[in-house]
Amino acid sequence: MTTLTDPPKEQFRLSMLLYDTRYRSATIQVIALIGFMLLAAWIISNTIQNLEALGKPVEFGFFGEPASYDINQRLLEYDSRDSHLRAAFIGLLNTLVVAVLGCITATIVGVMVGVLRLSNNWLIARIMTVYVEMFRNVPVLLWIVLAMAILIEGLPAPNAFRGENPTASMDLFNSVAVTNRGVYIPEFLFSRSLGDIHIFGTSSLRFDISLDLIAFLIVLGGSIFTMRKVSAWAAAKQESTGDRPKIWHIQLGILFVPMIILMTALGLYLGYPELKGFNFKGGTHMRNSLIALWMALSLYTAAFIAEIVRAGILAISKGQTEAAAALGLRQGRIMRLVILPQALRVIIPPMISNYLNLTKNSSLAIAVGYMDITGTLGGITMNQTGRELECVLLLMLVYLAISLSISAVMNWYNNRVKLVER
Amino acid sequence: MSDVSFVRTEMLPEQAPPASEVGLIGWVRHNLFSGWFNTVLTLVSLYAIYYVLSGILPWIFQSVWNANSLKECREIMLETWGSTHGHACWAVINDRWLQLLFGFYPSHLYWRPIVSLVLLLAALAPVLYSERVPRKMLILTAAYPFLMPFLMWGGTIWGPISAALGFVIGWGVYSVLSKQLSELIGMISAAVAAVIWWLVLSSYFTGAMDSVLPIGIEAVQSRQFGGFMLAILLGVVAIGVSLPIGVVLALGRQSDLLVVKYLCVGFIEFIRGVPLITLLFVASLLLNLFLPPNTNFDIILRVMIMMTLFSAAYMAEVIRGGLAALPRGQYEGADSLGLNYWQAQRLIIMPQALKISIPGIVSTFIGIFKDTTLVSIIGLFDVIGLASAIRADTAWNGIYWELFAFIAALFFVVCFSMSRYSMYLERKLQTGHH
Amino acid sequence: MKKSVILGAATVAGLAAGAAMAGTVDDVKARGKLNCGVTTGLVGFAAPDANGEWQGFDVAVCRAVAAAVLGDASAVEFVPTTGKTRFTALASGEIDMLARNTTWTFSRDVDLKFEFVGVNYYDGQGFMVPKALGVSSAKELDGATVCIQTGTTTELNLADFFRSNNISYEPVPIETNAEAQQQYLAGACDVYTTDASGLAATRATFENPGDHVLLPEIISKEPLGPLVRHGDHEWGDVVRWTLNALVSAEELGVTSANIDELSAGATDNPEVNRLLGTEGTLGEMLGLDAQWGLRAIKAGGNYGEVFAKNIGEETPIGLARGLNAQWTDGGLMYSPPFR
Repeated sequence: MTTLTDPPKEQFRLSMLLYDTRYRSATIQVIALIGFMLLAAWIISNTIQNLEALGKPVEFGFFGEPASYDINQRLLEYDSRDSHLRAAFIGLLNTLVVAVLGCITATIVGVMVGVLRLSNNWLIARIMTVYVEMFRNVPVLLWIVLAMAILIEGLPAPNAFRGENPTASMDLFNSVAVTNRGVYIPEFLFSRSLGDIHIFGTSSLRFDISLDLIAFLIVLGGSIFTMRKVSAWAAAKQESTGDRPKIWHIQLGILFVPMIILMTALGLYLGYPELKGFNFKGGTHMRNSLIALWMALSLYTAAFIAEIVRAGILAISKGQTEAAAALGLRQGRIMRLVILPQALRVIIPPMISNYLNLTKNSSLAIAVGYMDITGTLGGITMNQTGRELECVLLLMLVYLAISLSISAVMNWYNNRVKLVER
Repeated sequence: MSDVSFVRTEMLPEQAPPASEVGLIGWVRHNLFSGWFNTVLTLVSLYAIYYVLSGILPWIFQSVWNANSLKECREIMLETWGSTHGHACWAVINDRWLQLLFGFYPSHLYWRPIVSLVLLLAALAPVLYSERVPRKMLILTAAYPFLMPFLMWGGTIWGPISAALGFVIGWGVYSVLSKQLSELIGMISAAVAAVIWWLVLSSYFTGAMDSVLPIGIEAVQSRQFGGFMLAILLGVVAIGVSLPIGVVLALGRQSDLLVVKYLCVGFIEFIRGVPLITLLFVASLLLNLFLPPNTNFDIILRVMIMMTLFSAAYMAEVIRGGLAALPRGQYEGADSLGLNYWQAQRLIIMPQALKISIPGIVSTFIGIFKDTTLVSIIGLFDVIGLASAIRADTAWNGIYWELFAFIAALFFVVCFSMSRYSMYLERKLQTGHH
Repeated sequence: MKKSVILGAATVAGLAAGAAMAGTVDDVKARGKLNCGVTTGLVGFAAPDANGEWQGFDVAVCRAVAAAVLGDASAVEFVPTTGKTRFTALASGEIDMLARNTTWTFSRDVDLKFEFVGVNYYDGQGFMVPKALGVSSAKELDGATVCIQTGTTTELNLADFFRSNNISYEPVPIETNAEAQQQYLAGACDVYTTDASGLAATRATFENPGDHVLLPEIISKEPLGPLVRHGDHEWGDVVRWTLNALVSAEELGVTSANIDELSAGATDNPEVNRLLGTEGTLGEMLGLDAQWGLRAIKAGGNYGEVFAKNIGEETPIGLARGLNAQWTDGGLMYSPPFR
């Protein structure tokens, strides 16, 4: 009979830090941490020394000074007397605008192209292949520059609309002007506007919220809420009686009647663009730089998304399609109800990184003179103040924050649609 | 009684399918005009193709190839076609194509980048076409990282040799110490020995050997690098150097050691979270601030460093994908053989993971390669930068589309062939699994 | 660890050019090359030709300095810089001097710690409009779309001008001159504004230069000149007096045609003698040899010759001397005496 003996009491020896797997990991981690901190300390001390030699201590006071340059594309009011911080904020909003617009169009175009590449129309499938290969294999910077050049050379200048025999005319019942300075579309104006709320007073981050917009959103939200109630009622009725009452006209009424009442109350009218002086006045002006950047980024990214979508669809086994066909579903419905929902799970993770890429590529806006955050904070502000360290680091932080938020949101969505596995 | 038979007793001979179902017509009917929707699509796209080609083809082919300036080009166009619009002036490409390809690299040394490129293909062959190329070629692959800088930058041959010696010394220290003491000590001291060699001793070695046996070729400053060559060089260096860093980062990210893991995750996510252009701003504006006072790299080297760090983060993710794709059994098998962590990685995990990652590595390369165009924004003369410089010459001021068309075509040819290769590889790897 | 490999390889390959802040003259001499920052390409001022040789008005200043210090006008390493990178490159010692149409302003001189050694071109911001627009003054540009090249003082001047005249405008910032030209010609902007020299150079390359006019308003002063790092006065003096030597040479009638003759022996004009080193010890005072001025002038000729060859009326760019004429001809080019 064997007797259990207590293991000999171990004594800690220095060599165990290396040889004993229990301690070794701690040793490695401590060494790694020390190494990292030494590296960081080295870089920081170098930077301090160098900055001292240059006589440029790190300080952010320049943000309060007037920027003295104008920004044409802006969501909020801004003029050249506003501070550099305000300019950076305007730039940040511009980045976000083009990123959001780009992601939306890239997704739509990408999904369409991805599906069409598998079309049984030979010509369409080939054209889509050519499109995908062309865009994927040429640098995005070139596409951005080319998109701008095409818009500028391909569209008429505003003075082509002028004179006795204008060579260009406005589209859509004289309401939209497509020029090589941008597209002018009618804007919504209210004759009995509710006014704006000013937020953050006079600080650099100030912005106005239109009360008209808030009213619109409230009414829209109310309508949608009621519509859902109505369709829930219809579903309940169907459950109990087997008949589904006709509700589409009720739904339409709920959606539009309150809206129309609100709009009439506010005195809605359309402001049409009009050629006055050098330019079109009135209406909303979507500048060429924005359109070119938006187009180039979304077409470029769409080429990648198309490939992802195609791979996602091909990853769904043929049996799924056949089973759906056996159930009597038509081609379009098979795609919409059976294939895409399953493919979505494969598609979303690589899609996230494409959205991130698009956002990061929007930093090439300076190539077409779209004043995004790289053009303001990392461009003119940096040039004028000479504060490279502060500006570049801040710029990186801003992008990092945007990227991390996009990943967070998309990962949350991915987790929601993901199949729960075992 | 009647001999009218309702049952056919012999088979009818097989008939040819109707003319509308076979041949060109059948194909067209099935693939282009099946249903009204497809017909509309086909017609619309035919019109679109016609519209685009009718605009572009005359521009491309009714063009001027020989002229010394844009002005001359325009005169020739006026003479020949009576208008200056709708005709390309390829004379600018004819005049400057060598510059667009090689930048300011001395023209009598053009053979060096060309040889480097050929050697690159030869060095990659045993990796990319592993089944058709003899494994002995791997020696070239190992030598290439030292051969290429020697060819491109020139100077004394002892520089690359002493850089290579650093690895030899490191390996020597590692093999001695890892047997006698432990693997970890071996690795750390090997790294320390190699670093000491590179930073302290190698310059003496190079100096001494150079004075004893001066072998070398004409040195070329990296400022003279430019054009398409610069894009290829930046891409190759960034990918080549970032491969080992990427492996380390990927392993670190999967590590159980929390500190190591979070350092790696932090690095990877930081680099992937910021646009390359900001990293290039760091290279051009800040990197000198981060280094000890009075060190000064030239800008191309600084850009190489930042591009390497940038691609390392992406590479780490690609390799992590490769590691994740390996079946769990491989790890367990390695454990059951009693291999320790590094042995398992070296002998079992990495060879397979890297092989799976090759398509990903190739697409990372294509991405990096395309991104090298951004260096024009910080004033380097890559193809796009050179295009602006060419337009600043009085002779060619005002020329626009021709240069961009040429650049786009260059990039397209190179990237397209690489992406085709990567697809071929993916197919090959897929069949390998079933 | 891998980073040090790069560092190591770099030192090994001898690529790391050490630059000490003190004694740029000695650094340049030891290196045997002058690192000169130029633009990435500006018509007439700096651009590489088909052989990769840099040509232009700013480039000539670099060559003159190299000739004065090193005795070889081709011993220049041209470092292209952008509006963003130029000051960092100079401050970090990557370049020894910057000859890149940079406007001399208070904050650059004082706050950014640079030393402008002089002015080699007096410029000012102007406007170009198509003749068909029928505009004769910039004040009539209310509501116009204006193309500007970014990254310079241009957008600040423009904002100030329109603000002080209380007229509205729509700025279109553009990265490079080529794109600005394209937008302007296609009518995507009504006005193109940049330095008047740039406007003239751009107009000269149009298909129909006559269809475009430069407006009379010059809305800013843009004294463009080479600059060096603050604090290194010896080097600053070398660059300053090399530039002055070119200007003086024109004033004194020293040209590349007669310079060999004039320098063969002492002439009747003592200032010419001092400039060319046949009398006095000016070169020694600068820390150079006696012939420095001679070589600087021989590199590309005197100021007037450099001007005429690169941007003058004989060239496609066709700039008149205007403010850049010698003070004796009613211009602002005025070199302090060589004494």
